[in-house]
Amino acid sequence: MANENNEQAIELDNLDTKMASNNIKKLRAYMKPYMGWIILVAFTTFVSSLLAVWSPNLIGDVVDYIAAPFAEENVAAFMQTGYFANIDMDAVWGVGRVLIGIAAAVFVLEFIARFTMTDIAQILSKRLRTDMSAKVDRVPLAYFDSEDTGNTLSRITNDVGTLHRTINEAFIAVISGVIMLITTLVMMFIVNWMMALTALAAGLIGFAFMGITAAKTQKHFKAQQEELGKLTGHVEEVFGAHDVVKTNHAEEFVTRQMIEINDRLYQSSFKGQFAMSVLSSGMGFMMNISTVFVMVVGAVLTFNGTITFGTIAEFLLYVGLFNQSLGSLGEQGMTMQMGVAASNRIFEFLEAEEMANEEHKTGHIEAVKGQVLFDDVKFSYNPEVPIIKNFTAAVGAGRKVAIVGPTGAGKTTIVNLLMRFYELNSGAIMVDGVDIATMKREDVYDLFCMVLQDTWLFEGSVYENIVYNKKGVSYEQVIEVCKAVGIHHYFKSLPDRYDTVLTDKVSLSAGQRQLLTIARAMINDAPLLILDEATSSVDTRTEILIQQAMDKLMVGRTSFVIAHRLSTIKNADMILVMNEGDIIEIGTHDELLEADGFYAGLYNSQFDFGTDEASA
Amino acid sequence: MLKIFKHLRKKDWLLVTLGVAFIALSVWLELRIPGYMREITMLVQAPGTEVSEIWIQGLWMLGTAFMAMITTVIVGYLSGRVAAGFGRDLRVKVFGKVMSFGMAEVNGFSVPSLITRGTNDISMVEQIITIGFMTLVRSPIMAVWATTRVFDQGLEWAIATMVSVGVLLVTIVILIIFALPKFKIIPKLTDRLNLVAREHLSGIRVVKAYNAKAHEAEKFEKANHELMKTNRFAERMMASLWPVVGVVMQALPLAIYLIGAYLINNAIGEFDLEESGALFASMMVFAQYAIQVVMSFLMMSFMLVFLPQAIIAARRINEVLEKEETLTYPETSQSPTNTYTGVAVEFRGVNFKYPEADDYVLEDINFTIKDGETAAFIGATGSGKSTVLKLITRAYDRTSGEIAIAGKDIKVYTEKELTDKIGYTLQKATLLSGSIASNVAFGKKDATAHLSDIKEATDLAQAEEFISKLEQTYESEITQGATNVSGGQRQRLSIARTLFRKSDILIFDDSFSALDYKTDRKLREALKKNRRDVTKLIVAQRVSTIMDADKIIVLDEGRVVGVGTHQALLENCNVYYEIASSQLSKEELANG
Repeated sequence: MANENNEQAIELDNLDTKMASNNIKKLRAYMKPYMGWIILVAFTTFVSSLLAVWSPNLIGDVVDYIAAPFAEENVAAFMQTGYFANIDMDAVWGVGRVLIGIAAAVFVLEFIARFTMTDIAQILSKRLRTDMSAKVDRVPLAYFDSEDTGNTLSRITNDVGTLHRTINEAFIAVISGVIMLITTLVMMFIVNWMMALTALAAGLIGFAFMGITAAKTQKHFKAQQEELGKLTGHVEEVFGAHDVVKTNHAEEFVTRQMIEINDRLYQSSFKGQFAMSVLSSGMGFMMNISTVFVMVVGAVLTFNGTITFGTIAEFLLYVGLFNQSLGSLGEQGMTMQMGVAASNRIFEFLEAEEMANEEHKTGHIEAVKGQVLFDDVKFSYNPEVPIIKNFTAAVGAGRKVAIVGPTGAGKTTIVNLLMRFYELNSGAIMVDGVDIATMKREDVYDLFCMVLQDTWLFEGSVYENIVYNKKGVSYEQVIEVCKAVGIHHYFKSLPDRYDTVLTDKVSLSAGQRQLLTIARAMINDAPLLILDEATSSVDTRTEILIQQAMDKLMVGRTSFVIAHRLSTIKNADMILVMNEGDIIEIGTHDELLEADGFYAGLYNSQFDFGTDEASA
Repeated sequence: MLKIFKHLRKKDWLLVTLGVAFIALSVWLELRIPGYMREITMLVQAPGTEVSEIWIQGLWMLGTAFMAMITTVIVGYLSGRVAAGFGRDLRVKVFGKVMSFGMAEVNGFSVPSLITRGTNDISMVEQIITIGFMTLVRSPIMAVWATTRVFDQGLEWAIATMVSVGVLLVTIVILIIFALPKFKIIPKLTDRLNLVAREHLSGIRVVKAYNAKAHEAEKFEKANHELMKTNRFAERMMASLWPVVGVVMQALPLAIYLIGAYLINNAIGEFDLEESGALFASMMVFAQYAIQVVMSFLMMSFMLVFLPQAIIAARRINEVLEKEETLTYPETSQSPTNTYTGVAVEFRGVNFKYPEADDYVLEDINFTIKDGETAAFIGATGSGKSTVLKLITRAYDRTSGEIAIAGKDIKVYTEKELTDKIGYTLQKATLLSGSIASNVAFGKKDATAHLSDIKEATDLAQAEEFISKLEQTYESEITQGATNVSGGQRQRLSIARTLFRKSDILIFDDSFSALDYKTDRKLREALKKNRRDVTKLIVAQRVSTIMDADKIIVLDEGRVVGVGTHQALLENCNVYYEIASSQLSKEELANG
């Protein structure tokens, strides 16, 4: 049992590294256009790291020049002659000039590297966002019907943000960290192996300690994040249901729940913070241990005459560099983990299956009349559960088709198929004798005006919302249409009339939103119409307005109406009765009543009850 | 910012004081370490030193370093206790405060804003305590102390250090001046990008239907470019800081050694061997002090970026905590005298406008509803029918006039008395995560203990049917947002939750519109049978839902324009006739 678990864990680890390397490959492909710049960053970082490691060695020389007068033979000479050797200032300045040169060079190189990297990261993130936004239009609708919008949104913004930070920070830090770590070690061993071993030992002791604490810290941090998540969830829920809590007098109850979670959060967040401070104090201690080791061992060695003071000074700087690069590599490890997770989610979306390419399709309708034929249509969302089986029906130009059925009967499926949001399993839908599957999707969309129950507005002026994608529409046309749907007087009363920007602050009622989308469809003026009738949340007067507006929209257009209203159903040329996903009855109102089937039951029970809503 | 710290407990102040003392101790210890280095250097140079003397100094040094670590760990413990405890207390306070808010306050702040204030903002303040303790307290102590040490070692070196600090500070100030305005607009640009992407996603069907792909792409590109440009500027600024820090950190030791060379050479020129030796030892340790000074200033300047955010967060928390409730309830139950009249709800000349609004939403509302009656409110959107109900529950307080329940003004009831009297089903059916049982028996500690009452309520609410089909029936889980039950089921459960409480008055604020007509009718019949003595107030859109009510109150633009039965209103109330005729067929209107 335990073995099995272990194997699983190992497999998971492998998967992780595999995924990481896969992602790096994909990212590399993405970065290809900027390869030159990336090489520049890598090169400048490489050189500046080397220079940074060289400079302690030169500092050591400087110290040795300064210490030269104190050498034993010089002191002895002083005792004899009373003449004390001076510091060779020319030599000091000679090395000093090189060091100044190095500092200046490092400054310039680092500046170039960071500046360039910032730009690369920015451009890359922007491109990722653009590509993901474009991808939204290329994946089939089924993707968004099964995937939460917030999730996709979070990929476009949060995950790109995380990846951006990783690239921006980690790339330079990892290159310089690795170079410095290796060269510092090499330099230390070249200068003096005993001192090098001392520094290494001190570093390793420190890191063993850090490793243990870091593992503990991670655990507490994770716990803290989890508890914080739970608390936020609870607060969100309770504040969102404030009225429910109040009307049920459950304040005490929810507060007790909150305190329970909050106390757990307190424990874990204290532990997390404490562990964090242990970690950072440990880091300081590590630095100090290294200094002590180098100082003491160095002093003893100097005392024996094995090394000079310059070497101590040099090593003090080297252990600093060594510990610093080790620490920064450890930090980057965490950043990289987050970056890998983010890039997973980004590429998961970018590589999601797309709709079929349609460039070769040539289906075209000359002057649209609007005859629609469903020819032996079969469709299912899920291959195992066929929904529409062998549906055949012909709709004459300019006729009205009502789609009725209880809630959840699948009335929107017809919309999905007509608009080719989903593809048929077999059969065909023909408009004026042309199979819409042979047309480009864009050309199919152009055939239809669409008004959905779920009204969609965006932040922009009233005018922009009505015109939407149509070019060259004058204000006069918009006003005319708004007069026709009966909402002109309202828009006229807004502070900036048709230029009023619709935000959270200028809120339209459900009915007004519906009227606006009808106006939008009128401006669009396509030959066929898909219409979802008004909701129950609209008051009666507005309802009448909407109905009148919809009637106007239907004139002369072949219309498919998801019907909630008696009047629509009664005068429809064809009624499609749907239940549990399938079309179970077809006919006119009278025919269906006569047949005394599902529709008759539906109709009679509501008539019996005096409401004209088939479903709400 | 400072105001928020008055929420610290007394004990916490003790911990804070203790923490400051330990910080001072740890700084003192850490600054001793270079001192030992100096000793060691002197020992090496001095003739006749034993190796063991060096080892002893080394041990001292190690011990000091260890003690320094222990003290910082203690500081970490103290600051962790204070910060986590402070966060915990603040969260409870804000939560409790929000729970005491009325609807006016909640809407004034908005729910998302309250959520941020109650969670993220508090975390921010919590962080400033931990980080601030380390930097805001430690760095100044370190900076001052280390600076005095620096001056002790020699003026020339001190000047070099000060110049380095100056260069760093000037760079940081310049960067902040240029980059901060950009940093301020970045969140707005990010929001804009989010908004455009969200609109695109939520309107995907419309975008497709209108072939507006390119249009949306253009909009996104604009927001995207704007964000990138601003981000790039701000980040370039920050990118130029690091090379400056790097060059200072390299140049400072170099300057110290070069200056040292001159100082020592001068001492040698004066044949002062002892002085030149001491200078050499000082030089070796000076770099250590100097770096400490520079680092302290660097840390402090980073707080400049972090602090403003924390200040804003603290202000936002204070706003919630200091908000005075406009609505108060008597603490204790008043006037037991029961001159009972048989009238359940009475409005006398009630006017209402929202706080800070100019126009009245309700004007001169008068009606009485007797015990056990079913009263319905109907009217167009904005006619004020939901507002009438909100006044009864005191979600808002009337501006003038009188509202009485069971013969007593609603303002004499305690909050508990009032909520116990009224069962209120809201328009929007909100469930909380938990089980079906815990939602129906909402507020009860042990929901399963009330199973028979829960069953009765769900049975009445016509929810029994779908619950019994669930695998775990009443223990079935309701997820957050109740996404695992349909809208109709959610509404039935929310009605059951109200019925469970067995109140004297039941209010249904448009709660039936999400039900299909059959369930609607069954539910109303069940209520009539099993809650005969309970007064029922119903707001509805469908005439069919309310036509058999004892009393229908028709509202139009905030005024009562008709009171009576369905039949009477058809005859004498125009507004009602208009509503009814739009929903009912001619025959139905005629038959009533």
